[in-house]
Amino acid sequence: MKARAALQKVLRQNEFYILLVIILLAIVIQARSGLFFSLDNIVALAGAMVVPGIFAVGTYMVLVSGGIDVSFPALASLAVYATTRMLVDWGWEGGLWLPLVLVIGISAVLGAFNGAFTATIAVPVLIITLGTSNVFSGFMQGALSSVQIPSIPPAMAEFGRASLLVTENPRTGHLSSLPLSFLVLVVIVAAAFVVMKYTTFGRSIYAIGGDESSAARAGVNVKRTKFALYIIAGVLAGIAGLVRTSMMGQMHPTNLLGMELMVIAAVVLGGTAITGGRGTLTGAMLGTLLIVIVQNSMILVGVPTIWQRVALGVLIIAGTAVSAVQMTRARKRQGAIV
Amino acid sequence: MTTTMTPTTRMPRGLRTMFRDAHVTRLAVVLVALLAFFAIVKWPNFSSVATWQSMAMQFPEFGLLALGVMLTMVLGGIDLSVVGTANMTAIATAMLMLKIAPEGSASSTGYLALGAGVAFSLVVGAVAGAINGFLVAKVKIPAILVTLGTFELYTGIALVISGGKPISGMPPEYAYVMGSRIASYIPMVLIIFVIGAFIVWYLMNRTAFGTKLYMLGSNETAANFTGLKTTSLIVRTYTISGIFAASAGLVMLANYNSAKADYGSTYTLLAILIVVLGGINPNGGTGRLAGVVLAVIVLQVLSSLLNTFPRVSNFYRPLIWGGVLLLVIIINQWDKRGNLTRMLRWKGTRT
Repeated sequence: MKARAALQKVLRQNEFYILLVIILLAIVIQARSGLFFSLDNIVALAGAMVVPGIFAVGTYMVLVSGGIDVSFPALASLAVYATTRMLVDWGWEGGLWLPLVLVIGISAVLGAFNGAFTATIAVPVLIITLGTSNVFSGFMQGALSSVQIPSIPPAMAEFGRASLLVTENPRTGHLSSLPLSFLVLVVIVAAAFVVMKYTTFGRSIYAIGGDESSAARAGVNVKRTKFALYIIAGVLAGIAGLVRTSMMGQMHPTNLLGMELMVIAAVVLGGTAITGGRGTLTGAMLGTLLIVIVQNSMILVGVPTIWQRVALGVLIIAGTAVSAVQMTRARKRQGAIV
Repeated sequence: MTTTMTPTTRMPRGLRTMFRDAHVTRLAVVLVALLAFFAIVKWPNFSSVATWQSMAMQFPEFGLLALGVMLTMVLGGIDLSVVGTANMTAIATAMLMLKIAPEGSASSTGYLALGAGVAFSLVVGAVAGAINGFLVAKVKIPAILVTLGTFELYTGIALVISGGKPISGMPPEYAYVMGSRIASYIPMVLIIFVIGAFIVWYLMNRTAFGTKLYMLGSNETAANFTGLKTTSLIVRTYTISGIFAASAGLVMLANYNSAKADYGSTYTLLAILIVVLGGINPNGGTGRLAGVVLAVIVLQVLSSLLNTFPRVSNFYRPLIWGGVLLLVIIINQWDKRGNLTRMLRWKGTRT
């Protein structure tokens, strides 16, 4: 009896379907190319997931609070560019701690900029962050006249090259390495999981997303929570940017711009409602994994890269359609007139 | 008691209605200030006809997109796919025209291609918009997600059918008509924008459709209970947005004489910026066309102003746009009671 109820509960959750789709996709790709489940490919996927994954954690938290932040790639680019520029100009040869501190500091300030606006002005966060996104990228490209920085401080480059393990594809002899930054992703995901599920701060975020005025009446300090949330989201974005630059071995200022829609789509696919108040970190990660698989493994199936955007679009539409139909059905079951 | 008609010095009624919206008033003030600044600082550019002509050719591109987004935002939704629709229809139209009238065809074939092309583009745009509307209205997916998905989908389709390369070499008749200037001053594309703005004005202010849009945007539950055919309304709105996006594609085709899958990549953000700047409430239900048109002009003037300072890099543009958006949002919040409007009210009897 209990097992049946548990099973029904699982079947009703969005995350289950995403996992199903991922498994199906994996099987199809394996069938077509025989290469999906090779350790080599898994490692490559894990490596590709680090940067979108860290972004997704921040995006997930913001989406749950009911807002949509599109400024995080610009924020990350600006923070990391400023840091790299400064360190390269000073000729920094020391440890990784200084870049880390600088990036976290700058992205916290930028995140506070976002937070100040969203906490005090009653305009949808999407619009506000559209503005701040333009301000960040315009500042970086205009005031800082950003150019590609080909050589980054050695500490960062070393961090980017450091790997947990190296695998070799038996068939092609291609080497894939699991980067050390994967550990960073794991730590961040674990921390976010604990915060969102077991702390008052995390529950407050859910409350704000569900119904802001109810949350305020329940005693949540909405302004302060939102402000803190956007600082955290900013710091997470900064860290993701730092990881990306380290892994690339050079600072490309506009590389990250344009990723925002993909990350938002990934998190929403994983079951986080765009209106806020619902969603799990598991789902967000699964959604990111799905998109990373689609983007990285289409070649394995023999689909030319020019079809990637079509596939992404179809995926977003199909995924959100399933989620929407589920929600409609759930609401009908509760007796609401849809 | 007799009622007498006392002549007042109040604004004519049409203008008065327009300026009752605080946003419109603010934007008008900003525009006047901007033009004054432009005239004082860069008189040679300000006084040359060529400046205004080039402005008049540029802003219909994103202006038409903004008109489409405006309709969907009043509804309480949003349309992020406009640029994808524009590029997809532009590429498809260009290929069709090339098919009908390949290089060196007779003039009459060229005009046939032009007519067929324009009609085809509007139809494809309508279909693209209708798909958006269906997904939002029937499947009930939030508009942001739908249009995000269709943006990727339509851009992807544009990429695939064009092979990633620009399509050019269209029949010259297209440029003759669409790229022409009426009375050698007014660009054709400006006429197209004016027609588009007039259509939106008519729809929003003179038809039941417009009123229902505002109602649905204000309160969806109430609209449902009032018996409004919400599905049909939503589908129609997104279809119109698709048609406007297609016309923007035609304008870009005329301006660049080619079509490419990634043209106008900054226009999505710009269109939303314009609509919000113009006073359309992103949650739906309020906002006037006058605001959007003023916002289009303000942004174009800003953009051209920036161009006249060659030392100031083009990259400052997004910074200025973002800054203007944030500034206007702050002012809107601060001035919620429309104090500015009252200050600037035409002299005359108090209401």
